[in-house]
Amino acid sequence: MELVTRLARSATAIAGPLLFVEGVRAARLGEMVWIRLGASQRRRGQVIELSETHAVIQVLEDTQGIRPARAEVAFTGRVATLPVARQMLGRTFNGIGEPLDGLPPVIPEAVLSITGSAINIVRRERPSEFIETGVSAIDGLNTLVRGQKLPIFSGAGLPAHALAAQIVRAARVRTGEPFAVVFAAIGIPFREADYYLHAFEGSGAQERTVVFLNLADDPTIERLMTPRCALTTAEFLAFTHGMHVLVVLTDMTNYCEALREVALAREEIPGRRGYPGYMYTDLASLYERAGRIRGRAGSVTQLPILSMPDDDITHPIPDLTGYITEGQIVLSRALEQKRLFPPIDVLPSLSRLMNLGIGAERTREDHRAVADQLYACYARGRDVRRMVAIVGEAGLGDEERAFLAFADRFETEFIAQGDERRSIEETLAIGWRLLGAFPSEALTRIGRALIERYRPQGDNDGTGALHADGAARHPGAPAGGAEGGRAAPKQA
Amino acid sequence: MGDGMAGAEPMTGSIVRISGPTVVAQGLDGVALNEVVRVGHDGLLGEVIRIRGGQATLQVYEETAGLMLGEPVEATGEPLGVELGPGLLGQVVDGIERPLEALAARSGDFIVRGVVHPALDRQRRWRFVPRVDPGDQLEGGAVVGVVQETASVVHRILVPPGMSGRVRQVTPGEATVTDPIVVFEDGRTLSMLQRWPVRQRRPFLRRLTPERPFLTGQRVLDVFFPIAAGGTAIIPGGFGTGKTVLEQTLAKFAAADVIVYVGCGERGNEMTDVLAEFPRLKDPRTGAPLMDRTVLVVNTSNMPVAAREASIYTGITLAEYFRDMSYQVALMVDSTSRWAEALREISARLSEMPGEEGYPTYLATRLGQFYERGGRVVPLSGDGEGAVTVTGAVSPPGGDFSEPVTQASLRVAGALWALTTDLAHRRHFPAIDWTQSFTLYADRLAAWFEREVSEEWAALRQEAMRLLERERELQEIVQLVGLEAVQDQERIVLEAARLLREGFLRQNAFHDVDAACLPAKALAMLRTILHFARRAAASIEAGAPLRAILAAGLDERLLRLGEVPAERMDAAGAALVAEIDDTLARVKGH
Ligand SMILES: Nc1ncnc2c1ncn2[C@@H]1O[C@H](COP(=O)(O)OP(=O)(O)O)[C@@H](O)[C@H]1O
Ligand SMILES: [Mg+2]
Repeated sequence: MELVTRLARSATAIAGPLLFVEGVRAARLGEMVWIRLGASQRRRGQVIELSETHAVIQVLEDTQGIRPARAEVAFTGRVATLPVARQMLGRTFNGIGEPLDGLPPVIPEAVLSITGSAINIVRRERPSEFIETGVSAIDGLNTLVRGQKLPIFSGAGLPAHALAAQIVRAARVRTGEPFAVVFAAIGIPFREADYYLHAFEGSGAQERTVVFLNLADDPTIERLMTPRCALTTAEFLAFTHGMHVLVVLTDMTNYCEALREVALAREEIPGRRGYPGYMYTDLASLYERAGRIRGRAGSVTQLPILSMPDDDITHPIPDLTGYITEGQIVLSRALEQKRLFPPIDVLPSLSRLMNLGIGAERTREDHRAVADQLYACYARGRDVRRMVAIVGEAGLGDEERAFLAFADRFETEFIAQGDERRSIEETLAIGWRLLGAFPSEALTRIGRALIERYRPQGDNDGTGALHADGAARHPGAPAGGAEGGRAAPKQA
Repeated sequence: MGDGMAGAEPMTGSIVRISGPTVVAQGLDGVALNEVVRVGHDGLLGEVIRIRGGQATLQVYEETAGLMLGEPVEATGEPLGVELGPGLLGQVVDGIERPLEALAARSGDFIVRGVVHPALDRQRRWRFVPRVDPGDQLEGGAVVGVVQETASVVHRILVPPGMSGRVRQVTPGEATVTDPIVVFEDGRTLSMLQRWPVRQRRPFLRRLTPERPFLTGQRVLDVFFPIAAGGTAIIPGGFGTGKTVLEQTLAKFAAADVIVYVGCGERGNEMTDVLAEFPRLKDPRTGAPLMDRTVLVVNTSNMPVAAREASIYTGITLAEYFRDMSYQVALMVDSTSRWAEALREISARLSEMPGEEGYPTYLATRLGQFYERGGRVVPLSGDGEGAVTVTGAVSPPGGDFSEPVTQASLRVAGALWALTTDLAHRRHFPAIDWTQSFTLYADRLAAWFEREVSEEWAALRQEAMRLLERERELQEIVQLVGLEAVQDQERIVLEAARLLREGFLRQNAFHDVDAACLPAKALAMLRTILHFARRAAASIEAGAPLRAILAAGLDERLLRLGEVPAERMDAAGAALVAEIDDTLARVKGH
């Protein structure tokens, strides 16, 4: 594979992860190189800039101990590629796609550039197949469909891993169709990677899983390659072998840190908070590698996970991600502190492809309306909760009290479900049960006919003038994300 | 047009530097700024963006990985331009006008490099119906004839700006876009195909004052923040606030003859949505498929960043071209921020002095020049008028409007349709913040609405605005003291404002009926809701208990007014007004 074509001994400088080599003419942008340090050691790099005076090489491994004067740079003549094969299922690779499980390299069916190419939009197929994750907050309110890219916005210590594992377990169950998981660990601790691997094993998904591991103590810059290897494999399994592939990328925050490190070393003008101005484009080159293609059987569904630094959703990493992905599942520390699992805050969460995946033929005809109504009521309940923090419960009217109680029950009964797995019917049933706290006329987001068909008998306690409408508060009114210090849910 | 350059030897240089999408070449002496070049052995498309000291800096419109120093660069002698002529409508092109269907037919499901394909089909024949006769003296912009391009749009074939002459011969009937259809006395010929450099605005006779509204079909926009045909509006909002849905809704329902939709640096699936829906949906005005009046310019986030920079110019040039046929054209750009980021990225590669947040210092100038290409004009033909209305989405980092792109856009836009995360999180859509948004066209358009819709227009609009303002004041108080502490007189104001927000400002883009709303229906809804507000307040004044008014169930009817079809609205509104009077009269009796 490695046709070493040219050698250069003219490295002159090193700065962070970058090596500068003079007088290289016959190199390609993006070409892979080996940097030989003495007889036995070599490290990998990639050409990221070329000029008449020098080539800039991004060293994928540690640059410590590299002495430019002694280094010998071998140009391989090829851009970054990955040998791929169906055989990769069940195997474990490092962050650049080399076997890590002691088994021989895969016999490639193809050798693909890991950069990938954009799917021509006229050949894209709209993702519309419902994936039942068994999680109410997702299935009911932020439905995932095959071919979607739906990240989990997590925070230090929040259980994104447990949620992701649950989704992976559930996603494979449904049908007998060929299914695979591609898992890319990007700079995460061994403990966390191990959790996932055990979860896959436990669910019998192991032989359907391809694992790429770049752990916390693995080379940082290599992380730029890891998701690309994972996605190249996923596209191959999906579009050549017709499998439905679920790609878990965790943690994208580590990927972005690596991107920043290279940018800083190149002395580029930093964008927001020190991240490079092209981070949006770079992330898009990963996240857009999801979807379906007309006339091909498989799909690539992405479940990237990222940690919001400081729980700040406006930080460039979650922000740019949210601008690219088709929604986001946002985890909340407040819910976690109430020991509710999964601690999904549904208000900022969103699935942009939900409408395509739900409704009469796919889930149930009342799905959209029930979701809208639950959103409206919960949003209103949260407003009241904020108000309580200021004026106390004494100032509340009956209407406010009803919403407050609803918000509490919604969190403990609908959102929280431990490791129980719910069907979509069960999820909708819980929704209707909770909406039973309001009279029918108050359910203005649900059509008459649907109310008649689906509202459980015996509901409507006739409390009178309640408006189950999420009454968008005036946008100028005092707001604030904090939950007013309510440490524990109100006892219902 | 390439004519002037024909015969000149193609100039060839070679690559001396490669950094991402930016390539430096030497040996291209005499090349012009903005000239198109073919880069490397694969012939990647690029454009000259700087010439300095014998070296030309190029922005390359395709992926540059794999390029080597020393590879050839060939100058084409032409500025970056687009093909104009029949066959544009219903098309999907990339940022440099390559037709994506044709690319897929040639190279499959993924976009590959170095493929050039003309935007307009050279084989397809159109039935050309002349409008000129031999002996006619024609000037640039004159209509020489027409082609029924789609069911809903007649394509007027124009003499290219700057060309003139006396007609010797005209050929009616079936012709391809390159066949000569007119021969001038001096022997020059005219075909249906013409080119125009995208970075140059197309000329017109004169500008007109905007005085007619660009009707969007969105109540909150048409009633509170209307813009004029030929006007500009910006739509900033954090992710998930509804920019794309709003732009797409405008593309579906806005009153325009031609839509040019630029998907600039955003998601692939969203454009696939448009492609799936528009051929099925009917143009509300003509009944023809929406796709018949639409051109899509698509450069998604994972397509090359330099072509993304070019895409908005490609889009507005297409829009101007249809404007020059005396059409009302609407241009949507989703999102201008991605264009600005492309500009920033290229500027950084040029090592230019960065301005705020790394954007080049000329960001505001470029944005200004872009939006100024919108407008209502008398085209060169002198026939009637044409307009380009521009609505540009802006994607501020963290949803914070103080950032440079939003700020620079604000200085040039005629209206701000601000979307907020708070409303979006409550699923109040369109999430247009009525406190921040503004329009500079309201006064000029008021006369039109009073004349064409109703003389109550301004008064009802005012009253509704006051109600929302009053709600805001009360909300602040409630936040401090709790709702129980507020008087019934005030609580009924809160209730009326809620109905206005939920029943009128909110509009469901996915509901068959509610998705689009004509001004007459909007006005009837507003009249009914405000009638309730007034009558309910009066009832409270007269001693009726708040609880009884709230329990009367009127709110449900008021909240569902949007679902009433336009033709039944007047009747439904009147019936509800009567019912309100009736019910409140009874409530008073308690
Ligand atoms: N007018 C609307 N009616 C109903 N839902 C809407 C509307 N606008 C936006 N949404 C919802 O919000 C989501 C995000 O909207 P989108 O336009 O994609 O946001 P943005 O482009 O600002 O990121 C949509 O997927 C849809 O669920
Ligand atoms: Mg969008």
